[in-house]
Amino acid sequence: MSDVRYTDQHEWIRLDGDEATVGITKFAAESLGDVVFVELPAGGKVVKAGGEAAVVESVKAASDIYAPAGGTVTSVNTALEKEPSKVNEDPEGAGWFFKLTLSDKSELARLMDAAAYAKFVESL
Amino acid sequence: MRYLPLTPDDRRAMLARIGAPDVDALFRDVPKPALAPLSKFDLPDTQGEMEVERALSKLASRNVAAGAAPFFCGAGAYKHHVPSAVDHLIQRSEFLTSYTPYQPEIAQGTLQYLFEFQTQVALLTGMDVANASLYDGSTATAEAVLMAQRITKRGKAILSGGLHPHYAETVETVAGLFGPMQRTEVTPGSAEDIIALIDEETACVVVQSPDVFGLIRNLRPIADAAHAKGALLIAVVTEIVSLGLLEPPGAQGADIVAAEGQSIGNGLNFGGPYVGLFATREKFLRQMPGRLCGETVDAEGRRGYVLTLSTREQHIRREKATSNICTNSGLCCLAFTIHLSLLGEQGLTRLARINHARASALADKLKALPGVELVTDAFFNEFTIKLPKPAAPVVEALAAKGVIAGVPASRLLPRGFDNLLILAATETNTDDDFAALTKALQEVL
Amino acid sequence: MSMNNQGRPSSAGEAFPASIATISGDRGLDHEEALIFELDHGACGVDLPDVKVGEERLGGMRRKGAVGLPGLSEPEVIRHFVRLSRKNYAIDSGLYPLGSCTMKHNPRLNEKMARLPGFGDLHPLAPQSTTQGALELISSLMNWLTTLTGMPAVAMSPKAGAHGELCGLLAIRAAIAARGEDRKRILVPESAHGTNPATAAFAGFTVDEVPAKPNGHVDAEALKAKLGPDVAAIMLTNPNTCGLFEGEIIDIAKAVHDAGAYFYCDGANFNAIAGKVRPGDLGIDAMHINLHKTFSTPHGGGGPGAGPVVLSERLAAYAPIPLLVADGKGLRLIEDLAAAPDGAKPFGRMCAFHGQMGMFVRALTYMLSHGRDGVRQASEDAVLSANYILASLKDVMSAPFGDGPCMHEALFDDSFLEGTGVTTLDFAKAMIDEGYHPMTMYFPLVVHGAMLIEPTESESKASLDRFIHVLHTLATEARAKQTARFAGAPHLAPRRRLDETAAARKPVLRWRPDPLKQAAE
Repeated sequence: MSDVRYTDQHEWIRLDGDEATVGITKFAAESLGDVVFVELPAGGKVVKAGGEAAVVESVKAASDIYAPAGGTVTSVNTALEKEPSKVNEDPEGAGWFFKLTLSDKSELARLMDAAAYAKFVESL
Repeated sequence: MRYLPLTPDDRRAMLARIGAPDVDALFRDVPKPALAPLSKFDLPDTQGEMEVERALSKLASRNVAAGAAPFFCGAGAYKHHVPSAVDHLIQRSEFLTSYTPYQPEIAQGTLQYLFEFQTQVALLTGMDVANASLYDGSTATAEAVLMAQRITKRGKAILSGGLHPHYAETVETVAGLFGPMQRTEVTPGSAEDIIALIDEETACVVVQSPDVFGLIRNLRPIADAAHAKGALLIAVVTEIVSLGLLEPPGAQGADIVAAEGQSIGNGLNFGGPYVGLFATREKFLRQMPGRLCGETVDAEGRRGYVLTLSTREQHIRREKATSNICTNSGLCCLAFTIHLSLLGEQGLTRLARINHARASALADKLKALPGVELVTDAFFNEFTIKLPKPAAPVVEALAAKGVIAGVPASRLLPRGFDNLLILAATETNTDDDFAALTKALQEVL
Repeated sequence: MSMNNQGRPSSAGEAFPASIATISGDRGLDHEEALIFELDHGACGVDLPDVKVGEERLGGMRRKGAVGLPGLSEPEVIRHFVRLSRKNYAIDSGLYPLGSCTMKHNPRLNEKMARLPGFGDLHPLAPQSTTQGALELISSLMNWLTTLTGMPAVAMSPKAGAHGELCGLLAIRAAIAARGEDRKRILVPESAHGTNPATAAFAGFTVDEVPAKPNGHVDAEALKAKLGPDVAAIMLTNPNTCGLFEGEIIDIAKAVHDAGAYFYCDGANFNAIAGKVRPGDLGIDAMHINLHKTFSTPHGGGGPGAGPVVLSERLAAYAPIPLLVADGKGLRLIEDLAAAPDGAKPFGRMCAFHGQMGMFVRALTYMLSHGRDGVRQASEDAVLSANYILASLKDVMSAPFGDGPCMHEALFDDSFLEGTGVTTLDFAKAMIDEGYHPMTMYFPLVVHGAMLIEPTESESKASLDRFIHVLHTLATEARAKQTARFAGAPHLAPRRRLDETAAARKPVLRWRPDPLKQAAE
């Protein structure tokens, strides 16, 4: 299984070869409540680590999704536009947001691993 | 004071429960020097209903109401007959004294009429979706330009010279912060060449039809030219009754329609409150400002309505909101909805035709007067004439004769259009009104 | 004996079981009502002659298709909207404790005055010689507003509170530009209403949030530390959104001015201090006044409002057109930027015409009725009533900022519901079954599970006592984990809880004709 890293803003990122997939964590999806809308970045958009990349909305809240690492957006999960509920149903699988080619893979090292993130969530 | 239920005994009992010696103890966080004694306010004391009514009536009597004279003013606000049922219904307590429908279980009345209003506006303008109204036509136009700037990520807006000058100034004041605003030259009675100005930096073109001189514009070629450069067409309508007779902007390629809804259901009110209509294409929905009402079901599966897509709005998005607007024009859009429901298809169509017929008859009478020239040849219920001398003093002289003759163009466009007079005629104008105007005008010219 | 065989039972009889569905779908006075479009049967509610018009003056732009509007007669239209009205809660029918919204009594004299033909049927561009009474009314209202606030000037045209905020910030922007400076940052407390940061962004500024202290007041030290040469203004609500008066305001104002910035005050809560405190004495530069709140022009289901902005000496010159001036012939509106009198540098125009005249008439009527003494008494009664609620409920509901006093709003949080299985939302919705509109929930954001109660000055003591009794009992039951009233409430309103998720996921924002029915036609 490939390595998944986490941010303190509750995004996850998974590297497969040269491409990384980004989404929000199960914890985030549960805290947001029913997701009703997702605004995805345009393909080809260049994002910096920590930069705003997407927006996820519930009925009463809108939250920015930050890129866990810098890179260029290669594809987005257009299925979310029709079925935003996928973010709630399978946040760390079918509910992914976008894929990136990373400009600097070493940025991932600064992020939490699963155990550290679990601990972080517990501390909240 | 008749509006305050607490008696001195009540106040004493309440202070006792609170444990405060007097009411000023409750204001203890206010810095002492800032607590002002009553004597610091040089204003009158409480008055009874009769005295207040007398004072206000005296002020009202110093104005000449539109219904009290032969009356021909338009230019963005129009005198129409509003059926009695409208005012009766909007004064029902449950409409008049309720708040924004944030608790949908006990606000279905407001929510359902908003849903009906949105549908009516979408139908009238020929657009996919409409919001639950903005303040008025001018601020709706400014919001439309801001929305176009967001969608296209461009700053420049081209404003037609036929756009109501107050609207243009409102747009420039707000949207001008985010890009250049280019006004085309003013060409009364004809369409300026706006297409040539559209370039790759243009966010939108703003065109009013009928324009401020009453001229009906063909929006289709402008829409096509704008779209070819990636810009949007914003269509502005200040006389919404015109859409009972004229092709709607949605059928002419408009991307956003900003309109003034005062003509349906609402009085002149010296300029406000009015009701801003705002409609757009489905694909721009998420960029639309203002409140939106949507259909859903309740826990028992019954149809109901809620405010929706509120993540666009200021109370959630804060500095990232599509607009800072917190309100709509609730009661005014209710008046609009009720009046339009009374009119229905047949009533609106007939009303629009009567308006055009009245204005057309008046234009014929006026252009027959020596020295008077008809400037606008294609119009709905409003047109412009050229007088042999400046219009503003003529209007004042006619007012002294008890005729409110219209709006001199110089009131809106201070330079170069002194002899132009903009007149509107509606279903409220009688043949006697026309006779009084032509007679008085002949005497003054 | 002659017996009356028409006799009918006159006792109340047995209760009608709630489980039995009615044949009609209506329940007594609560009627289900279709959309107006579904009631269409080709009738008409007005009588207008059928006039034919030619094409020659329509520029070839005659409408090709029908609009698609439904046709109903007048009685049907009236019944439709009356039935809709009965599904609404209203201040006229009950206490409406929405914090920060100020649901006070709306005197009907105000409505009557606004409908006098000399105001209601007056055209904004009628010759000014025929509108002198209207201009004098505006002038009187301006005098009331400047006197009550202790400020030298007021811009009348903004159409709502948020529009007033925009007007104030644009005046500040113009004043900064006139000084040849470039200041881009605006400080806004995190407890502020969302409109404040939205307006700041709308006016082209960036927003910098100032934290609140644990006692609900703005952190004045943190605020001062953020001041600098790039700060254009601060936006502070006073009394603030937690219902507290910012006691350090004079000190804050001085620091702001020393830093070359301006002080915008959100006047949403002016109704707590009108006739008691003059904002001009606190050092503010601009403040909008929500006429629909403090001066009770009705809320009308969400508008229209009006938001005139009072301005300090430093900002007065930048007020937008139109300007009202007096000359030898009376009052006159200056409607042209280029015609501004000496010294005036209007930043632009907020809207067409001259502002919300209909609201001006209502507000002045309210002011003349109350008088300065009544305005002051109203503020005191509003504050007294809020404190009475706070004192009466603080033993069962949790007040985050201690024992008070508060200003015109009593703020509670949801810590008393912790572990009870009852949420803030459940608690609020249970109030609906008790015949009350819920208080403001989840605002201000700085308090977890906020419940903000604003009783206003319009409630009698008996009404307040009854309200307190209901809330006290609800809170006591919730704390005892008696959740029956709360789960799934409301049960007794025209609708149960509505599915807002479905509404947002697949927005249906208008009625559309049934495609099958259309095809059949």
